[in-house]
Amino acid sequence: MLRFLIKRLLLASTTLVAISIVTFLLFFAVPSSPAWVMCGRNCSPERIAQVEKSLGLDQPLPVQYTEFVKGIFVGRTIDDAGTLRECDAPCLGYSFRSKEPVTDTISRSLPVTVSIVVGAMVVFLTVGIGLGMLAALKKGTVFDRAAIGASVGFASTQTYTLGGVLLLVFVYSTGLLPNPHYTPITQDPLDWAAGMLLPWITLGLINSALYARLSRAQMIETLQEDFVRTARAKGLPARVVTRRHALRAAITPIVTIAGVDLGGYLGGVVITESVFSLNGIGREAADAVADLNLPLVMATVLLAAFFIVTMNIIVDMLYAVIDPRVRLG
Amino acid sequence: MTTSTSPAAAAVDPEAYLQVRDLKVQFPTEDGLVRAVDGVTFSVRRGQTLGIVGESGSGKSVTSMSILGLHNPARTKITGEISIGGKNIVGMKEEQIQRLRGKDVAMIFQDPLSALHPYYKVGAQIAEAYKVHHPSASKKEAATRAVDMLGRVGIPQPQRRANQYPHEFSGGMRQRAMIAMALVNDPALLIADEPTTALDVTVQAQILELLEDLQREFHSAIIMITHDLGVVSQVADDVLVMYGGRPVETGTVEQIMKRPQHPYTWGLLASVPSLHGDASVDLVPIKGNPPSLINLPTGCAFNPRCRYAGQNGNRSFSEVPELRPAGEPGHNVACHMSFETRQRLYAEDIAHAGVAQ
Repeated sequence: MLRFLIKRLLLASTTLVAISIVTFLLFFAVPSSPAWVMCGRNCSPERIAQVEKSLGLDQPLPVQYTEFVKGIFVGRTIDDAGTLRECDAPCLGYSFRSKEPVTDTISRSLPVTVSIVVGAMVVFLTVGIGLGMLAALKKGTVFDRAAIGASVGFASTQTYTLGGVLLLVFVYSTGLLPNPHYTPITQDPLDWAAGMLLPWITLGLINSALYARLSRAQMIETLQEDFVRTARAKGLPARVVTRRHALRAAITPIVTIAGVDLGGYLGGVVITESVFSLNGIGREAADAVADLNLPLVMATVLLAAFFIVTMNIIVDMLYAVIDPRVRLG
Repeated sequence: MTTSTSPAAAAVDPEAYLQVRDLKVQFPTEDGLVRAVDGVTFSVRRGQTLGIVGESGSGKSVTSMSILGLHNPARTKITGEISIGGKNIVGMKEEQIQRLRGKDVAMIFQDPLSALHPYYKVGAQIAEAYKVHHPSASKKEAATRAVDMLGRVGIPQPQRRANQYPHEFSGGMRQRAMIAMALVNDPALLIADEPTTALDVTVQAQILELLEDLQREFHSAIIMITHDLGVVSQVADDVLVMYGGRPVETGTVEQIMKRPQHPYTWGLLASVPSLHGDASVDLVPIKGNPPSLINLPTGCAFNPRCRYAGQNGNRSFSEVPELRPAGEPGHNVACHMSFETRQRLYAEDIAHAGVAQ
């Protein structure tokens, strides 16, 4: 177990370093410079050079990269157009757009994304797995066809379509729900939920389609397994056979996919955030790319990668917890 | 088994614990009606073993599944009678059958690795089987009982083994655990569906011996489903040979092994190596494949594979042979050929190859 963890952590760090280097290089391959963007249209070449110097862009790439990495671990001093700013570890850089350390931007936007994703996940796991399992148990019936039909319908709906329709119905016409917004859960849990409800439903329903189909297929396969027949042959009631024996085995691969999905979504759900005008990490990342805001791009990309890599490790460990045949090593 | 005048000839012993009369199991499918079992009659007393022999698709496993009432009633049509300890389970409510399953009738499956749940400890799985029929037993009692059973089926260090998962057991040990699970409620009838097929030959013998010992101890009726005549000759008292969902020959193990009457039984015997026969004689496989249960050949279902088909004019191709007395009491065969013809053919073509014993 420990061996596995060390191995995977090493692998994860290597991945993160590689991603950061690639992002860094990609950024400088773009035929544009943050200095131009910052400085505005009618900027003299001298002014641009000055800005570039203050951003450290005149330094060779390896030096710039080392400076960035150093910031993460020990913090660094950043020159913001003449003003020196201390940026404490973990320093992901300084956003010249919003005039704040990147970590501030992240700590403001990450809770928004986490709120959307966690709620949506509850929706798509319960709706998806619930529908899929029921469809499998009632295979071939009207319910099965209706559930699968509905899931195909949701899967082929886009976030901006479903989100737009929901907004129109629940917010603009009837006013049943407030405009989606973010209130920290610690401040007002009810308002937090009210503001997040539509994103949850939208992202949740669209994703539940995949989970419904997947869990239906898994469950149908598991119900054919010999050990399910054994459970029935023991004289166990159908309810126990389904839950304790079939469901337990059918759910394993779904846990894997849910974990990896969670990792992916935590890095930002750009479209959902945009449709509901919520300033989550996905939107910040998209804006940062448009603005050539390198520090923020680096930070969001690394964060997204971090979530994916971490969730993968967690999923593998969970797998070993669920299935005693899996040995970590 | 004794002869009688019932249409299926094989009589049902009224004293027997399990009595199956004219059982038919059909599955309506999109391709047509699958007649998996088409009229089979047999009975087993406590302490006796019935071997049901046949190839895949002969209806032997479907028969055993219907004795446990494991077929989905929505997708299966079952007629006839299956009387377990005097109770007919055909048409019985699921909740009632549930109370019999695992308690009065238990089953051992072919591949113990896939038949045991991979995520639960062996002891827990056995305890669960006990607890479901003994709701008043405490968890601890059930666990103790599980360890006890593991010990009785010859698993060393049962206490430790109960805490392991099925994948930590060897094949033979797993099958022992499966047997322990089946016997945990002292069932009066034990159905063993190819219990040794997935095991090494050396382990097979141990498992069969174990079953025999346990049968003596628990005095249960056993149905041994197999395609292996070696297994049958070792453990069975009576034998039922099935082909295409129908019984083709029934009798005592002595009659079936020593004086087989049906060409299909001959085929089964001739395709198994024998220690007693002529070593230079080649094994004779039964040519062709088992028939489709949706579209059985007309007449005798075995006719496309029978080298004696057509001996009696057109009868093999037009008339389904009924099970009829084959000379000795209790020995029945469903074949159009006369007793004398069968005797002659057996002596000429089959006997010299020797049979598995």
